[in-house]
Amino acid sequence: MTTNDQFALVSRTEFDIPGRSHGLIDVVRWRYLLRLLVRTGVTTRYRNSVLGWAWSYVRPAAQFLVFWIVLGIFMNLDRVPNYAVYLFSGIVVINLFSEGFKNATTSIVGNAPLVRKVFLPRQLFAVSAVLVSFVHFLPQVALLLFVCLLMGWAAHISVLSILAVLAGMAIVMVFSLGLGLFFGAVNVRFRDAENIVELMLLLATWASPVLYAWTMVETAIVEKLGWPHWIVELYLLNPITQGVELFHYAFWRPASQEIVNSAGYAGDALTAIPPDLAVNTLWTALIAIGTLLIGQFVFRRLEGKFAQDL
Amino acid sequence: MSATASRPSIIINGVRKTFTLNHAFSLKDTVVSWVRRRKLTSTFEALKGVDLVIGEGESVAILGMNGSGKSTLLKLISGVMEPDAGEVLTRGRVAGLIEVGAGFHPELSGRENVFLNAAILGMKKHEIEALYDEIVAFSEIEEFIDQEVKHYSSGMFLRLAFAVAIHVHLDVLLMDEILSVADVPFREKCRRKFEELIAQGKTLIVVSHDMEMVRELCTRGVVISKGEVIYDGELEGAIALVDA
Repeated sequence: MTTNDQFALVSRTEFDIPGRSHGLIDVVRWRYLLRLLVRTGVTTRYRNSVLGWAWSYVRPAAQFLVFWIVLGIFMNLDRVPNYAVYLFSGIVVINLFSEGFKNATTSIVGNAPLVRKVFLPRQLFAVSAVLVSFVHFLPQVALLLFVCLLMGWAAHISVLSILAVLAGMAIVMVFSLGLGLFFGAVNVRFRDAENIVELMLLLATWASPVLYAWTMVETAIVEKLGWPHWIVELYLLNPITQGVELFHYAFWRPASQEIVNSAGYAGDALTAIPPDLAVNTLWTALIAIGTLLIGQFVFRRLEGKFAQDL
Repeated sequence: MSATASRPSIIINGVRKTFTLNHAFSLKDTVVSWVRRRKLTSTFEALKGVDLVIGEGESVAILGMNGSGKSTLLKLISGVMEPDAGEVLTRGRVAGLIEVGAGFHPELSGRENVFLNAAILGMKKHEIEALYDEIVAFSEIEEFIDQEVKHYSSGMFLRLAFAVAIHVHLDVLLMDEILSVADVPFREKCRRKFEELIAQGKTLIVVSHDMEMVRELCTRGVVISKGEVIYDGELEGAIALVDA
């Protein structure tokens, strides 16, 4: 084996090992491609459709109407003051999460021709999927903001409201990226992942106080079932729940002040702010980052087999 | 080996690649084949310990029958796959013309696709902007550049994709059977471009069944059969071995 002896003399520092990834650091290095991928994702999404971008409003609007009519009117959940805004500010968060998570999960399989043939950091696909979902989330937030402004939102906000919006978006996006990386990597070998994700998304809407108030969960768990209070605290540590509550805090609460304060208002008072909302922001942010690290770890472990498993 | 007298550009040291083929895809399949005592998986050894050193500025043809492991070897060099054992080392920027146009998006225009594909191949924005006119001129489809790529003929598609790939800054170029669709003038143009790259001291690795092309470009031939290197040396010897 004379050739092997030769290799021992070669200095390794001059060489690269093809296929070695640096995880999310690569995403920063390849930011130009990321920008193009996001732009492509955004511009081609509604190609060849007559309504185009209007679909970004139609879907949440339909969702909102169904919930509002069935839950708000038929089932009397509208004892939560200003229920329509309450509902909508939660729905936009859930949509951000669902879309980012779902698209990130299918992003690797969806880009199979590229993954199989060209070497590039594959995390880019998941990251761009989450960013595209963020772009689609913006018009929904704009609509929410518009309605809130009409209701006198601006008079009741503080710096904390703005921070709550930013924190809520960041937590939800990091969390969905982490889950998306994990399930996206698993999905290459086991397409069951897609179905599991669908199931999780179905539950996500109901596992967070989007349609109901968190106080109802507290009442049910503590008074009705007699279970210990830490279950409620656990429930509130769901990053999605936290995102929804932060949005309630930032949009629904200031927008509803006028209604509740007005003379002759006979309904319930504003639902209490969940205890430790501020501290929980920190905890759920850590949970989201932890999820991202785990997702990233699993992704990198499985990445080497993507090209042959697809 | 006299060929390794120059600085090595690619080192392939004892590389093995084994594919596991799953026969059972679902739980049901697994149970059924377990009951019938059938094997759930089988393995296929695509590369059985390949040693190869390619020096800087060499142009090497990798020849062999279909399924001999040529393309797997290129995929290992480009980093799309990782070896199961052994190591692959490369120096400088490796660009693969392994699958031209894999990154093209049918809904985007030719212009947008040039930028997208060049970025996929690792180019920076200012690099692409500087080369954009040259790329389009090379492809000779200026008049269609603002049309969506899905309306292109396969030849036009190939021309544009190839023009992008060939202009990527690179030190090592990998090519896998890509020019088979192009018409004669364009092939001739590409051949000249390859010769230009060889003259610049770039390393070229070609996998092809087109012996004419190989003869014009390469000096060294490597023959792979059933995952092993059976010949490494003068090109004519390699061609004689494969044609026999």
